[in-house]
Amino acid sequence: MLALSGFATWTNVDGGSPKALLRLSTDSVVDASDRQHDAYLFRGGPVSPDYEWVVTFERFRADVEAARTSGKFIVLPNHFEYLAGGDVIRFVPGRKAVRVLFRASANANYFLTTERCNHYCLMCSQPPKDVDDGWLADEICEAIPLLPTATPFLGITGGEPTIIGEPFFRILSKARDHLPNTPVHILSNGRSFSDTAFARRYAQIGHGALSVGIPLYAADPEIHDYVVQSKGAFDETIAGIMNLKSLGQEVEIRVVVHKQTYKGLTELSEFIFRNLTFVDHVTFMGLEITGFTRANMDSLWIDPYDYRSELRNAVRYLAAARMNVSVYNHQLCVLDGSIHALAKQSISDWKNEYVAECEGCTKKDECGGFFASSKIARSAHISPFLS
Amino acid sequence: MTKFSPLSEFQATGDGHYQLAPFRFSPLDNERYVITNQAGEYSVQPRSVVAALVRHELKPSDSAYSRLRSKHFLFDSSSTIGPVMLATKVRTKAKRLANFTALHIMVMSLRCEHSCPYCQVSRQSEDRSAFDMTKETAEKALGLIFQSPSPAIKIEFQGGEPLLNFDLIRFVVEKAESINEVEKRSLQFVITTNLAVVTNQIFEYCKEHDILISTSLDGPAKLHNANRPRPGKNSYELAIEGIHRARAALGHERVSALMTTTKASLGMGREIIDEYVRMHFPGIFLRPLSPYGFAVKTKWYASYDTESWVDFYFDGLEYIIELNRRGTPFIEFYASTILTKMLTPFEPDYVDLMSPAGIGISAVVYNYDGDVYASDEARMLAEMGDKSFRLGNVHRNTYAEIFTSDALLDPIEQSFAGSAPMCSECAFEPFCGSEPVFHKATQDDFVGLKTRSSFCYRNMAIFKRLIGLMEEDPSIRELFMGWTR
Ligand code: SF4
Ligand code: SF4
Repeated sequence: MLALSGFATWTNVDGGSPKALLRLSTDSVVDASDRQHDAYLFRGGPVSPDYEWVVTFERFRADVEAARTSGKFIVLPNHFEYLAGGDVIRFVPGRKAVRVLFRASANANYFLTTERCNHYCLMCSQPPKDVDDGWLADEICEAIPLLPTATPFLGITGGEPTIIGEPFFRILSKARDHLPNTPVHILSNGRSFSDTAFARRYAQIGHGALSVGIPLYAADPEIHDYVVQSKGAFDETIAGIMNLKSLGQEVEIRVVVHKQTYKGLTELSEFIFRNLTFVDHVTFMGLEITGFTRANMDSLWIDPYDYRSELRNAVRYLAAARMNVSVYNHQLCVLDGSIHALAKQSISDWKNEYVAECEGCTKKDECGGFFASSKIARSAHISPFLS
Repeated sequence: MTKFSPLSEFQATGDGHYQLAPFRFSPLDNERYVITNQAGEYSVQPRSVVAALVRHELKPSDSAYSRLRSKHFLFDSSSTIGPVMLATKVRTKAKRLANFTALHIMVMSLRCEHSCPYCQVSRQSEDRSAFDMTKETAEKALGLIFQSPSPAIKIEFQGGEPLLNFDLIRFVVEKAESINEVEKRSLQFVITTNLAVVTNQIFEYCKEHDILISTSLDGPAKLHNANRPRPGKNSYELAIEGIHRARAALGHERVSALMTTTKASLGMGREIIDEYVRMHFPGIFLRPLSPYGFAVKTKWYASYDTESWVDFYFDGLEYIIELNRRGTPFIEFYASTILTKMLTPFEPDYVDLMSPAGIGISAVVYNYDGDVYASDEARMLAEMGDKSFRLGNVHRNTYAEIFTSDALLDPIEQSFAGSAPMCSECAFEPFCGSEPVFHKATQDDFVGLKTRSSFCYRNMAIFKRLIGLMEEDPSIRELFMGWTR
């Protein structure tokens, strides 16, 4: 698992100066207009004097000091060496804190817009905090223009991204203007869109490739409300989905499968087809053991092997109904063979791992693998495909 | 540390405080009932659950409760969005009505060189051109066709044998195409032919103009030739050869075939199906005889009863399921239409299974002489002397006169199953049709007494069997889901 945050040391930087968003570059020249944001990623060799910032790793500290005597250096711990040109980091001099905001080579980059949320889901991986984090949206707006125009995908997540209101639309407008060809996927509980004016405002952004991933956990409103720990959530979420689709917006329904939801999968898939046929994608996700999930292990954890037939039935049903359906975050060997073709490798690359049992497995290339967090609990039925 | 509330805090209080949504119920067998909601979703429940449900005695802790709630059979305080969702579903089902007529059947000629005793048309012998449609009539019909609000227009050429008046087909196709240059609708043509008089030039033409071919195939040679006499006694050979040639010229999937069940077919269901499999058709429509035309005159219609046909149908269905299990994908199309109604939010366009009736709304027929009929069956009935469903004539009436005529609106209104005796309380009504033409033909009444209706008997038996099969075996349900459109 990659470390995305840590502490760095600096030279020639005023400890009181404001945080900096830096785009790493390996080019020898830098555009004058970008000097404030472009940093030379040093791994030996000469350094172009054009750069105001140089970023390197402990291993190269002596080299960089020899190569350049003035200018701002940031020296990162060696485990950041995966960083490459095009990546964007945030550096807060006073706290010496570094955070990787964007990796050009990642299969998916997600921006966290807020830690606040109007849900309190049993399995939240990013437990909500009631803090004033309005600066996050500003930072995202600042970062978006630094991203390569060929960025293949951008994720917007939270907390609940929509509850920040106007800044949410500002982020999307930035993406529309700077990355017009990059699909943007928003993870939202959908409730804000039950307000028709809000949904309309969203549709008016006019981004060509926006989509919202909205969790729906059960056809039974009580179970859904229980899982997200908020009464009335089911109704507003459904209304949100219907509003978005009536405005022609792209919607994906995401179902996290765990002990509270697996029994209702058949019913849920039928409910989705009969009532929400018009959604663009339905995905079934495996449980990631972080955040609240750890606190609620007893009520959430079930070996995916034990719900394989429920999952299979729901997935096959939707596929037969010719809906676009996928399985995310699951190991192939615990899924019924008839749905292997619909299982996607979806775990963010920096979290994805395999285990000792996977040795020699012939399907490793197609397998979703494991969340790094799966050490705490994982299926007892991992068994390699051997040919 | 974090505080989570237990499930009980999100649950409705219970105690019968639920509202019943409109629903219907019918027995499936001695123990179980089928209940359906307005959007055609069904659930099979034991008698005791249905009884408790209507008495407001069903407890939230009963296992059926949550299921019935999520299918919108009942509403309670846990959610207020149910009625909105149900309304959306009902609207989706009714959406087709807005498009009005999409299928336009033009009878090119009543002449035919076959003399099938079960013919549902009253065909004329070959040489009498008095039974051909004229150019003037065709032109007027086209004028009406393009007044339909439907964004998709399908023109089907029928007969007799329409190819005996091929010049007129060409005229209509080209004229329609030129009108469509302005109209820009989705335009499609079908020729229904027995393929006995088809030439390579005709195939050439069909290819050029993207015309589909629909033919008759009753089963293996012996059966087909016995059913369909023609001078050379080679109807089967000509049909098979024609199918091969048509596929080679037009593409495999542009050629379809229809069978009609005669008395001789009854014992041969599996062989008939095998014939379709052998000919690489994706499925078969197991179709009973209809009470019109020669079929009635020759008493072929009366030669078997509905019960025997239903047995034939179920045996065929069972065999088709078996074929699928053995890895040959194959569909029974009548079941497919019904399953689409049962298992999807959509409404397939099939005239016989619609309420309000599909006559005029889904399909309309322009007869060779310019008379406009509410459906194919309606013009067959007219050939027998009952012109109840004659809506007007292309030479004398306007679009508005034809499509708002009493001859169309009266039977549609009277036969509407939602309010017809028996149907209004039948759980299968959302899957069923109203068939005023059939009931007029058999009972001289647009509605008909359902206890004496073979239409009702046949369909009710099929609805129950399809649901029964799905309840019995989830893998059949999955297969059937794949049959829906
Ligand atoms: S053995 Fe490992 S790599 Fe193979 S399918 Fe199972 S989890 Fe995936
Ligand atoms: S015709 Fe028979 S099966 Fe159909 S709705 Fe009426 S009563 Fe029911």
